[in-house]
Amino acid sequence: MSTETNPGPGITGGGGAEEDMAANRRARRLLFGCAAITVVTTLAIFFVLLDNAASYFFGARFTEMLLGASAERSVTFTEFFTGARWAPDHATPAHGVLPIVFGTLAITVGAAFVSIPIGTATAIYLSEYASDGVRAKLKPTLEILAGIPTIVYGYFAIAFINPVVLSPIAETLFGINIGRYSMLSGMLVVGIMTIPMVSSISEDAMSAVPDDLRNGAYALGATKFDVSTKIVLPASISGVFASYILAVSRAIGETMAVTLAAGFNANITPNPFDEIMTMTAYMVSMARGTTAVGTVEYQSLFAVGLLLFVMTLAMNLCNDWFKRRFQEEYR
Amino acid sequence: MSTETDDTLFTDVDLVWEHRKNRIFLAIIFAASLFGVVALALLLLDVASDFYVGLTEYNISLVDFFTRDGSRREELSGFRGAIVASIMLMIVTAILSFFVGVGSAIYLEEYAPDNHITRLIEANLANLAGVPSIVYGLLALAAFVNGIGMGPILLAGAIALGLLVMPIIIVSSQEALRAVPDGVRNGSYATGATEWQTIRRVVLPAAMPGIMTGTILGLARAIGETAPLIMVGALFVNRMPYGPLDRFSAMPTQIYNWAAEPSQHFIHLAAVGIVVLLAFVFAMNAAAIYVRNKYETEV
Repeated sequence: MSTETNPGPGITGGGGAEEDMAANRRARRLLFGCAAITVVTTLAIFFVLLDNAASYFFGARFTEMLLGASAERSVTFTEFFTGARWAPDHATPAHGVLPIVFGTLAITVGAAFVSIPIGTATAIYLSEYASDGVRAKLKPTLEILAGIPTIVYGYFAIAFINPVVLSPIAETLFGINIGRYSMLSGMLVVGIMTIPMVSSISEDAMSAVPDDLRNGAYALGATKFDVSTKIVLPASISGVFASYILAVSRAIGETMAVTLAAGFNANITPNPFDEIMTMTAYMVSMARGTTAVGTVEYQSLFAVGLLLFVMTLAMNLCNDWFKRRFQEEYR
Repeated sequence: MSTETDDTLFTDVDLVWEHRKNRIFLAIIFAASLFGVVALALLLLDVASDFYVGLTEYNISLVDFFTRDGSRREELSGFRGAIVASIMLMIVTAILSFFVGVGSAIYLEEYAPDNHITRLIEANLANLAGVPSIVYGLLALAAFVNGIGMGPILLAGAIALGLLVMPIIIVSSQEALRAVPDGVRNGSYATGATEWQTIRRVVLPAAMPGIMTGTILGLARAIGETAPLIMVGALFVNRMPYGPLDRFSAMPTQIYNWAAEPSQHFIHLAAVGIVVLLAFVFAMNAAAIYVRNKYETEV
């Protein structure tokens, strides 16, 4: 803006243009500081997790090493990444992270089997088939589903899905007696939680497909089914994939629902009615005990947290990439 | 083109099958769309029935529930301390995140030049929104609770929640600022106003309803967040906090405590707590919609 020209004293009144411009520069610097806080937050997360995870692997934090603490091997990377038993708080501790990574991935994959087909179908229905009246009711309902706190989903799992739905099925069909927790109820509840994410973002992507493409297909004699599955879905595929990645990323980091649904038993099992433990559930179980600063249990929190952060960060970067592709296509 | 070739051209299209395929597909995706609705109905019904059973069969008195704090003994347990803690948490969280969040949004929308730093901030914001909530709890635990020796106090929980809702507030504020047309800004510049004067007197008032809506929705998300508070250490505290520097247990952590107990009485206490928590969440969402509809002026 060219406010360089200095107006006469009569126009600006008491303040003076110089002072106004100085106030503008001050405001700009202050507001930049606000925006910088968001970057500082990311750096702080990364630094805190790395620093504390270092004491798990090397016996001292990086900041302590700078002050002269010696680095010694505490838990080796080989044990951490390949060990098949996870019990850092046990009398004979074991530090293999695989069982809880298995727990997290099992819940994530199971949840994806629920949320991806149902979310995509809902998106197609909303974007291609639903009348305005139905859409006006269905969309807010899904938004309510998205707004319910995760602890409530956890309660739903432990008070309804597991005892009322899964327990009778397991007992009558397979003769298995399931306890309070099961992997399958975690998969189901996280799947239900992430349906609205898949459906709303996919629907946005599908609605962004220009009508010309649809009309072109109709002109060739295509049916609505053909248009939905062979025109709209492929044309919006990068946005649809972005929604899948977001749902998967959310499932990986999901804490309260899986903790109350799937339990605290770190083991690798193919049986969906078994109790398992996810990475996030492990963190909650540590926080429930009295974990003192400096113990290996406390340090292990940050090693697991760092792994979780890196996994979701990778997902988010993928999502960014898909979104950018999607935006390039029709704008 | 003769009709003969037309007939041979389309003989391989089985119209009956095509129509049937369409109807089957519509039935499948309609059923899938209803799945979410049915799940929501089941969830609400389950909570409502457990709430009712809690009041009738387990004799949970609503008066006691709202006037007593948590307790190890199920018959003495109430929700007062948790409700007070959650309200305090929301106030401190709002103070911590509102000004920084809106300030960031103003910078990004009104001042930021289109350069690498701006793009970095924007990309970082998208990633920050995807960080699991429990990680914010770990940050607060290491940096504030133990790092600077704050202890497991309410302020530490509010910092974790504040950082968590910041991206939500920034993104919704950006949208609100973007919705203010450039003509309004140019009109202000034409009178000789600086950028800051324009923002403060013209743009911000016009965008305020949108900003408030986004902030309330962000807080409605924060009030149900459990994991960061558990990491900060908000478990096993039963009494009411007397200020932001006191130890605390908020509504969701209290509900988690109860739901994780094996006793059926505690499970039903959790259901009553969930009804209160959901009432807060829905009321905040309703407030956000009200603010949007009432104060949204056409610019």
